[in-house]
Amino acid sequence: MTPASTSTSRQMLPVVPLAALFFAAFVLPLIALVVISLFRTPQFAELSLAQYLRFFSDPFSLKVLTDTLWLGAEVALATLILAYPLALVYVASGPFMRTLITFLIMLPLLTSTVVRTFAWIVILGRDGIVNSAMLSLGLWQAPARLLYSWEGMVLALTQIQLPLMALPVINSLLRLDGNLTRAAEGLGASRARIFITVILPLTLPGAIAGWLLVFAAAATAFITQTLVGGGRIILMPSYIYQQAVGVQDWPFSAALSLTFTLAVTGIVFAIGALSRRYVRGVDAA
Amino acid sequence: MQRSLVDRIYSTVVGTITSFGMLLLLAPTLVVLMISFTGGITLKFPPPSWSLRWYVELLQSQEIIEPALTSLKVAAIATILSAVLGGAAALGLARSKLKIARVLDALFMSPMVLPAMAFGLSLLLVFNLLGIRLSAATLVLGHTIICVPFVIRMVGASVQQLNPVLITCSLSLGASRWYTFRRVTLPLIRRGIVASCFVAFLTSFDNVPVSLFLADARTEVLPIKLWAILEGSLDVRVAAVSGVIVLLTLAGLVCAEIFGGVSRQIGSR
Repeated sequence: MTPASTSTSRQMLPVVPLAALFFAAFVLPLIALVVISLFRTPQFAELSLAQYLRFFSDPFSLKVLTDTLWLGAEVALATLILAYPLALVYVASGPFMRTLITFLIMLPLLTSTVVRTFAWIVILGRDGIVNSAMLSLGLWQAPARLLYSWEGMVLALTQIQLPLMALPVINSLLRLDGNLTRAAEGLGASRARIFITVILPLTLPGAIAGWLLVFAAAATAFITQTLVGGGRIILMPSYIYQQAVGVQDWPFSAALSLTFTLAVTGIVFAIGALSRRYVRGVDAA
Repeated sequence: MQRSLVDRIYSTVVGTITSFGMLLLLAPTLVVLMISFTGGITLKFPPPSWSLRWYVELLQSQEIIEPALTSLKVAAIATILSAVLGGAAALGLARSKLKIARVLDALFMSPMVLPAMAFGLSLLLVFNLLGIRLSAATLVLGHTIICVPFVIRMVGASVQQLNPVLITCSLSLGASRWYTFRRVTLPLIRRGIVASCFVAFLTSFDNVPVSLFLADARTEVLPIKLWAILEGSLDVRVAAVSGVIVLLTLAGLVCAEIFGGVSRQIGSR
């Protein structure tokens, strides 16, 4: 055994360069962001909470924030509904189906966001697949407005973020003790009942982890929001961009960024903490 | 009888949603690939005829090729930087029981939690206050920070699986620390490094929120160029670029799979 002090200090040596980089290019900028958000005017005069007051007293700004958080919640719920059946089939299948599902999940995960979003423009556009199919089948009289709509945006984001939900749900289903479901089956429970009373509660940690990942990713998905949502739906990322680059109001855009960051991470931490408490209760039962 | 009916309804629901989910995952990529071979001048689907005209057009579009090259360069440098700095840090952090190690680990992971727009803006503000002009270097710096969490996570996982006895053996048999690192540690964590480089490269190549704030007019990157084109008009050349990106990503995945077992690394993330 080498003396503990030298071994630990030597061990931390390779961490120093990255720590220095993070201090200069991550911690300092965030401190600057906080300080700048406290200036009352874009000319950096007078420190105050004016920017935050401006945000919270403005119904438009508040609506942008709640819309964005709501979008994240909706997309996360949609991916959850799709991920469970996918995971159930994955776990119940043989190697071929498993490989196929893995491949399908990896595909959007690895394809560039702009490309995925572009695909949705092609699918949802006025002359897009959905519209031309519906028109030629005679189901719709006129092309529907799918692109630049809230529903279109939720659909596109659901596909784009589904892998983030499917992976943790599949992982927690794989870790589930098969004896529990077999026992429930032996006791005469239907498969739906087994799902609701056994599988769902025991895989909830994975589902919540996935929900939080998708929630944060969908709320901050600038590209998909602006291209599929269009100019009329204004959400926090484009609001921040517009205030920073368009209007050049740095204190306000800094305050927007921080409010948005705190709202998203606050929800993530709150739900994470709540679920840990709940899950401990399940374990004890 | 009652029970089997419930079971059948359950199976039908699960099966239907799964089929829809699988179609949903596959369709967009397939649509992009197909439409990139259209012979028409609009994004009509299915394409009225097939041709390579938009790929040919793409080869002559300097305004798209230049941002693509910039993106490749920036992503390559950011990947190397984040792999070297992040890999070294992951090695140092993995076995440390010090409190500071846990704090630093949380710090290095935090770019994942922070909305990228906020980080991009904060870096822009600092550069402006310090009078630093935006360039490819500022872009690389921002990208490196957002790639580091993947490296820390994936290389860290590989280091955790490494048996420390092997290193102790090598050292006690008289090998130098550097030799041990090169011949024992590095080969054993290779999978994690390859996988994290792959993910870091894609992350940087695809990044918009940070690039939006940190790229100057001369260092335009591909995703932002494509975003700008798509905001203005629906240009079929974007389909050809998308086709190229999809095919290159798949080729990269195959390579990374062979050298690093990427799917397992990403799946266990």
